[in-house]
Amino acid sequence: MSIDGYPTETIIGLEVHVQLKTNTKLFCGCSTQFGAPANTQVCPVCLGLPGALPVMNEAAIDLAIRAGLALDCSIPPLTKWDRKQYFYPDLPKGYQISQFDLPICADGFIEIDNPDAPEQTRRIDILRAHLEEDAGKSMHDEATGRSESRIDLNRCGTPLLEIVSQPDMRSSTEAKLYLTELKLRMTHLGISDCEMQEGSLRVDANVNLHIDVDGKKVATPIVEIKNMNSFRAVERAIDYEVDRQYDEWEETGKTIQDMPKRTFGWDDSKERTFKQREKEESADYRYFPDPDLLPIRVPVERIDQARNGLGEMPAAIRTRLQGQYDIKPYDANVIVNQGRELIDYYEVVANNSGDGKRSSSWIQQDVLRTMNDRQCSVSDFPISAEKLGELLKQVSAGSLDNTRARDVFAHLLDKDCTVEEAIEALGIVSVDGNELESLCQELLQTNPSVVEDYQGGKKQAIGSLIGQAKKKNPNANPQQVRETLLRILDSM
Amino acid sequence: MLDSALEILRLQSTGEASAVDVTKKVFESIESSESSINAFTHVDRDGALATAEAIDKKRRAGEPLGPLAGVPVAAKDVLCTRDMPTTCSSNMLRHFRPPYDATVIEKLRQADAVIVGKTNMDEFAMGASTETSAFGVTRNPWDTSRTPGGSSGGAVACVAAGNVPLSLGSDTGGSIRQPSGFCGVTGLKPTYGRVSRYGLIAFASSLDQIGPIGWSVPDVALLLQAISGFEPRDSTSLDREVPDYTSALQTSDLRGLRIGVLRDALDTDGIDDQVRTAVLDAMQVFKSAGAELVDVNLPHSEYWVPTYYVIAPSEASSNLSRYDGAHYGHRATEIDPAQVEQLGPLHATYCQSRGEGFGAEVKRRIMVGTYALSEGYADQYYNQALKARRLIKGDYDTAFTQADLLLGPVSPTPAFPLGEKVDDPIQMYLCDLFTVGANLAGIPAISLPAGLNSEGLPLAIQLQAPALQETRLLFAGAAYQTTTDHHQRRPNL
Repeated sequence: MSIDGYPTETIIGLEVHVQLKTNTKLFCGCSTQFGAPANTQVCPVCLGLPGALPVMNEAAIDLAIRAGLALDCSIPPLTKWDRKQYFYPDLPKGYQISQFDLPICADGFIEIDNPDAPEQTRRIDILRAHLEEDAGKSMHDEATGRSESRIDLNRCGTPLLEIVSQPDMRSSTEAKLYLTELKLRMTHLGISDCEMQEGSLRVDANVNLHIDVDGKKVATPIVEIKNMNSFRAVERAIDYEVDRQYDEWEETGKTIQDMPKRTFGWDDSKERTFKQREKEESADYRYFPDPDLLPIRVPVERIDQARNGLGEMPAAIRTRLQGQYDIKPYDANVIVNQGRELIDYYEVVANNSGDGKRSSSWIQQDVLRTMNDRQCSVSDFPISAEKLGELLKQVSAGSLDNTRARDVFAHLLDKDCTVEEAIEALGIVSVDGNELESLCQELLQTNPSVVEDYQGGKKQAIGSLIGQAKKKNPNANPQQVRETLLRILDSM
Repeated sequence: MLDSALEILRLQSTGEASAVDVTKKVFESIESSESSINAFTHVDRDGALATAEAIDKKRRAGEPLGPLAGVPVAAKDVLCTRDMPTTCSSNMLRHFRPPYDATVIEKLRQADAVIVGKTNMDEFAMGASTETSAFGVTRNPWDTSRTPGGSSGGAVACVAAGNVPLSLGSDTGGSIRQPSGFCGVTGLKPTYGRVSRYGLIAFASSLDQIGPIGWSVPDVALLLQAISGFEPRDSTSLDREVPDYTSALQTSDLRGLRIGVLRDALDTDGIDDQVRTAVLDAMQVFKSAGAELVDVNLPHSEYWVPTYYVIAPSEASSNLSRYDGAHYGHRATEIDPAQVEQLGPLHATYCQSRGEGFGAEVKRRIMVGTYALSEGYADQYYNQALKARRLIKGDYDTAFTQADLLLGPVSPTPAFPLGEKVDDPIQMYLCDLFTVGANLAGIPAISLPAGLNSEGLPLAIQLQAPALQETRLLFAGAAYQTTTDHHQRRPNL
């Protein structure tokens, strides 16, 4: 890539925090439910009251192992807890329980499509993934000018898995592909909800440029971007930062040697990054093993058990769906990206209807659109996969046209009945051959101009008759009407 | 009467005294001694009497009673109590009331003990003289010009002053044993993990342990029984069965027991002659009881104090980070504008709150610990100390292949005059010379009264046992007290 001057290479590493989907916090029994009134989901342990002690949540360990396996990490036999120390009002103990030198997961990778070369993949290495407790939330009321701050400690102690990539991404597109795949795996395996708006997925991007100055590589100072609340924001923030760093380098000539890592925020409305704080030469967190917690031994059996419970991974499902149901990679991708529930739904529909392609298109259009309109999920979608399969089977068999099938679909959305009952309730009856024949005869007689046009070579003229047929008898199948009309016209 | 829990239990069971009678006596006693001793940071007369009345009522109704029914107990002010302030003798927590009870406090309540108050201590348990308390010094009942030792000075002094038969202390580097030795009572530091630390305000988490203090071994065993046991809320608590500590304590027969004498400790520079003599006398007592005496060395004992004074402050610097004035505890009200200018309002508030709330010794240890954990220094100090700690543990493992128990002194000297070491941290730290080993190794140890010196000050001996062998300490200690009467000496108040 080149930004109006020297060729540059963008270097991106991502630190992703995902909130693990445990019922209770990492070191106490408080609920992790999002959105409760401030400071109602707290206890002496997560408040860091004097004398309170942490007790590890085994469910978080299991989810972290699951996540590690999903990211092709190794799970070392021994892991431990360390204290990371800094002062901040939303960190009531004055330290965060985290993992320093022995993280629970190490050395993984994610493969993404190569944006520059279709059919090829790029491997993004994952350095480590470690568990830690979340801090609380500070709300600074700067508007009053009294610098009053409020603190909600509900989030304090919620389990997070911090997944640290190597600086292997070379564009914002690659960063987005990496995040999309990471999120898919985490949601697919029930590890995290990965809702950026709720903070259950947070991304920090470390970005700098390698500028090729007449064959000599110059690296710009690294900037860590925070506060991005969507994947789109991550893309835009990186793109903005790439330009900004190039400009800054042109202006100041400062390189990575001249400046420590800085922290920038992303302002979504102004679409720019802004400097938050100059990171000290190296912040000294004075990590040391937490004496209140024992090291954790992770036996091979526990890892094996987690591995056996993983099931089929998204990439494998994509490939399988393409082969098994004869659908395009794009369609398989859309379905798989919706998560496990929709995949299962699709497979039942496809199997019951015997038509994978039709099932895929109905699900992508009608089902997903309805779910979006009604803000519901697969599990509370009113039409079961079996029912939809039955409906589509009739479409494929020709006994229902798409328009009538949509009527049935709409009926089924609001009434708890079978496909047959819906068809009956809507008065849909199949029109027999004689009836169709006389309907077509009648139309041809009353529309001599159409017959004229047709015989004069304007074959598309019969389209208007199909419309009329539908009006006269809504049950008439347009395909059958067309065939009958053509047969009569050709024998005239 | 107030010098024996077992006697109080007997008097109540025969109907000679009620729990209320006993409790009233406690407060009479506290009233008469407190002005000269200052053992308590808080007394709860009303609460204690209400508890005592409830126990008497239960007894009258024939309801089952706990093993400490009606026995008055005092608790070091490092243990969280929901109905009393918990201050750690620090201005930082002067007005702090925890919303919960420490596990040991819960257990005391379940055992129907009567908790009479909270006892004075060195601030955040950092000290060996109870002189760093923000609530004034505690004085030694044997000689009020002297220290009772520390950090559990108040917990020990209230027993020695005859206020209560039993108290709970905490021992991070000798904080139960050293004051017990200075005040002529029996104090036991259990195995690390034997007693839940939940609700014990942390000083150095890997070393802290709660333990019982009383005049005699059977009384101490009674309290140990009540507080021991696994608890899921403390991850370092040991999931091991609790033996019956109170049985088999009526013996003077120690045949088959090998007692290792820590010769190097006796030959240490600066050890008081009479302290040494007390240990030598105890050797004769154990020998006549049938024990076999062998000489044992702990080769790395010269590194105990340096190791301890890296690990303990390191952990303390972290544990005490939470006292920042943001959520509870002392917060500075008038923030110096110059500080705000320099540090910003948040950090200025932190600095000033901590500056005002903590005393000098606490600050000293926070600074030492912060330094020892800092990047570039951690390998030289903290990590090095962890290695030394492993060697020290290894020494004990070896020693316990040669002996069942280790015998030595508790402190190099008897109780020293108040003010003598308070401005000399190094001299103060050397009080821990013989006690920190047990904390570093996580093993149990007991301090037993061993007579009075020529000035009438208590002398003491220390026994140490392998992990979870409290029974062995109690057994040998009981035998020692069966053949000696040192534990029956009382100060003239």
